[in-house]
Amino acid sequence: MSTWIPESASNLAASVDNITLFVTIVSVFFFVLISAVLVAFSIKYRRKSEDQETAYITHNPVIETIWTIIPTILLMVIFAWGWIAFKELRNPPAEAIEVNVVAKQWLWEFEYFTGKKSLNELFVQQNKPVRLIMRSDDVIHSFFVPQFRVKQDILPGSYQQLWFTPTKVGTFDLLCAEYCGSGHSKMLAKVNVLSPEAFARWEKGDELEDGPALAAISVSPVERGKDLYSQRGCLACHSVDGKEVIGPTFKNLYGKTEKLADGSSVLVDENYLRESIYEPQAKMVAGYAPTMPSFKGILSEDEVTALIEYIKTLK
Amino acid sequence: MANGVMTQTQHIPYLAQKGLKSWILTTDHKRIGILYLVTISFFFMIAGLTALGMRYELMTPELDFFRTATEYNVAFTLHGSLMVFFFIVPGIAASFGNFLIPLMIGARDVAFPRINLLSFWIYLVGTAILLSALAQPADTGWTFYTPYSIQTGTKVIMITLGVFVLGFSSILTGMNFIVTIHKLRAPGMTWSRLPLFIWASYATAILQLLATPVVGITLLLLIAERAFDIGFFDPAKGGDPILFQNFFWFYSHPAVYIMVIPAFGIISEIIPVFARKPIFGYKAIAYSSFAIAIISFFVWLHHMFVSGISETAAAIFSFLTMLVAIPTAVKVFNWTATLYKGSIDFHSSMLYALSFIVLFTVGGLTGVYLGALAVDVHLHDTYFIVAHMHYVMIGGTVMGFFGALHFWYQKWFGKVFDELTAKIAWFLIFVGFNVTFFPQFFMGFQGMPRRYATYPEEYISYHALSTYGSWILGLGVLIMTVNLLIPLWKEGRPESSNPYGSLSLEWQVPSPPPHENFDEIPTVTDWTYAYGKK
Ligand code: HEM
Ligand SMILES: [Cu+2]
Repeated sequence: MSTWIPESASNLAASVDNITLFVTIVSVFFFVLISAVLVAFSIKYRRKSEDQETAYITHNPVIETIWTIIPTILLMVIFAWGWIAFKELRNPPAEAIEVNVVAKQWLWEFEYFTGKKSLNELFVQQNKPVRLIMRSDDVIHSFFVPQFRVKQDILPGSYQQLWFTPTKVGTFDLLCAEYCGSGHSKMLAKVNVLSPEAFARWEKGDELEDGPALAAISVSPVERGKDLYSQRGCLACHSVDGKEVIGPTFKNLYGKTEKLADGSSVLVDENYLRESIYEPQAKMVAGYAPTMPSFKGILSEDEVTALIEYIKTLK
Repeated sequence: MANGVMTQTQHIPYLAQKGLKSWILTTDHKRIGILYLVTISFFFMIAGLTALGMRYELMTPELDFFRTATEYNVAFTLHGSLMVFFFIVPGIAASFGNFLIPLMIGARDVAFPRINLLSFWIYLVGTAILLSALAQPADTGWTFYTPYSIQTGTKVIMITLGVFVLGFSSILTGMNFIVTIHKLRAPGMTWSRLPLFIWASYATAILQLLATPVVGITLLLLIAERAFDIGFFDPAKGGDPILFQNFFWFYSHPAVYIMVIPAFGIISEIIPVFARKPIFGYKAIAYSSFAIAIISFFVWLHHMFVSGISETAAAIFSFLTMLVAIPTAVKVFNWTATLYKGSIDFHSSMLYALSFIVLFTVGGLTGVYLGALAVDVHLHDTYFIVAHMHYVMIGGTVMGFFGALHFWYQKWFGKVFDELTAKIAWFLIFVGFNVTFFPQFFMGFQGMPRRYATYPEEYISYHALSTYGSWILGLGVLIMTVNLLIPLWKEGRPESSNPYGSLSLEWQVPSPPPHENFDEIPTVTDWTYAYGKK
């Protein structure tokens, strides 16, 4: 990764980068020009004596015209170029594969046309255009993958689309770019760009050879639970160090007696934890809003077990 | 030459009267200017401290300074809304505008001195409402985007109500200045002889008058939606979230020029005096302020290129945004050209003016990145935006403000500050500012989103550097402030009432000026910038 601009990993990145480069050349030129002239004048015309004579120059139509026209031309070029590339960004090809995206405080859900679902991880195939059809369940979010140079706000109450063709196999950060509340900076996900073979395997439901799921199996349930805690977005609302975020902290949670909203209380054991993940609103802890989504169909029984094992270690 | 020959008979400085009543009931534009100056500086300090807290938090990726992300979010909301609505929008226009406009055009006061005092009182009511909101502040960001601002559990109504009330102060001040400039110019002070600060104040006043009502109404609708559940902006209630953004930016883009055009005026006053040269391209500078003011009403959609607006709308507004950049560029060339064949004195205020040129150029050029559609898609809502807006608002407006403080200090307060200390403070501010904000351009390119309480590891070095810079900047501002405060408690008077040899009318009266400004209304025979050998 260079210091200037992130790696480019989509078909759209090149044209954005070219314009950026052009604007940068123009900007550096004018910046250096202004600064150099300013410094040169400052040195040359510094006040050497009190009665130093100065010239009475008020304006100069020729030079004023020149320095109006040149920036105008450059700005029009930048405008036109930016617009042309923008058209490309906005118009997906007909053959693009559709993925439904739901953004909500503070996680990402993806639904593929095969009916498969995934959470906080988008799976796409290398060199195949994808079109995301996105809606929000609550406030405005924004889909942003720096390596793809794409961004689109996601609104409640309407669909927004965005498309790209991933060109490099790998895992890229998906960031929420529109401020959406306390979990905003944790509303992160991954885009997994798979080779055609790996993608076919993933579609069939096989575990990925070198994908995250398989890698996770070879580790202990506690470690797997720890990974799931961050990958599946629990961390946006539950801390592991005792801090109050949006939901109750996981620290010292296991074995504790929770006061519920209806006045009763419950001992936190494996069953309570499992129920709280699959049916979060079944037993509401007093003092919290019913904002947690159900993870039914998103986390497997195995994964829930791993999470519970992890939570048990948080003392 | 501006005919400033005045008989300096016995006069009582406007500061002579003491006591609370002499301040809170004053209709003297110079005193009202001071009242504004004190209040906006107070908010500048509070909001600045909040910013230091945010930067401290961002030294490391995880939360460590604030206890929760919400606390951080409240901090940037306070920082942004205080800086924008309580400091920089009233800012130079209300403080220096009040002090300078009557003096520069040869008048005894503004056209409606009592309305002027009323404006200040409304401003105070607004600040009082805001301060009462500080106990439980909002976490929406200064942009109050819906539907988040409707759904959040934090208190949004008081802070927006405060901003709403402030709007009236802004409108009244704008109206007052327009009438003053039209009606109270001294004999011979024709439009083509007017100091450029007056032109700038006029353009600003038009923006205040026409744009502010829109934000007022918008915030009122937001309050109504929160208080009475009426669906204007929340789709869950049948509203439209994009409507809010349209309304908001319809005001807030012109507002960025309310912030910066007065600083254009300041720079156009300082540079000719310390270069002893006529301002280069007087007409171009004067008219371009108006061009900018007018075009700036038609570019607001550039804040919404990825909000889900139509492609055609995006194209039109990108085009218009590029148009705004032209008069902006022309001004920068004009200021630079003014130095040519001059006799340049590097007074602290001149140092601020020169840094304005350099930093504002960076701000303007990075605006062009954001105006280019496809590039903005990548940069929108990243730290690139944060850097851009701080280059124009600190590098531009605040440099102009500090420059003005140093330039008119003697005139306004009748005291003298230590010039060497002022230069040291300027140096720290210049360096600190760049160290703080320049890395943010790169961070933004890399994809670091704004308004993140925590962030991925990879951005740590940029963030750390930026935080170190904020300490240098903070130290510079501290030294500057102390240096400007100390003389106020000391005896001593300026040796001359016109130490820098300015031709502008305000320098032809004693420092500090008498209550009535001029013994006799002067007659002007030449323009304000007749420096140099004809
Ligand atoms: C050459 C002149 C300028 C151009 C072309 C320009 C362009 C832009 C554009 C296109 C954006 C929106 C970017 C985005 O949200 O994706 C923006 C943001 C901004 N600009 Fe400028 N700008 C210019 C000068 C200024 C000036 C003079 C000021 C203020 C004194 C200013 C203050 C701001 C602020 C505060 C924002 C960010 C608002 C927010 O989202 O919080 N700009 N600028
Ligand atoms: Cu704007």
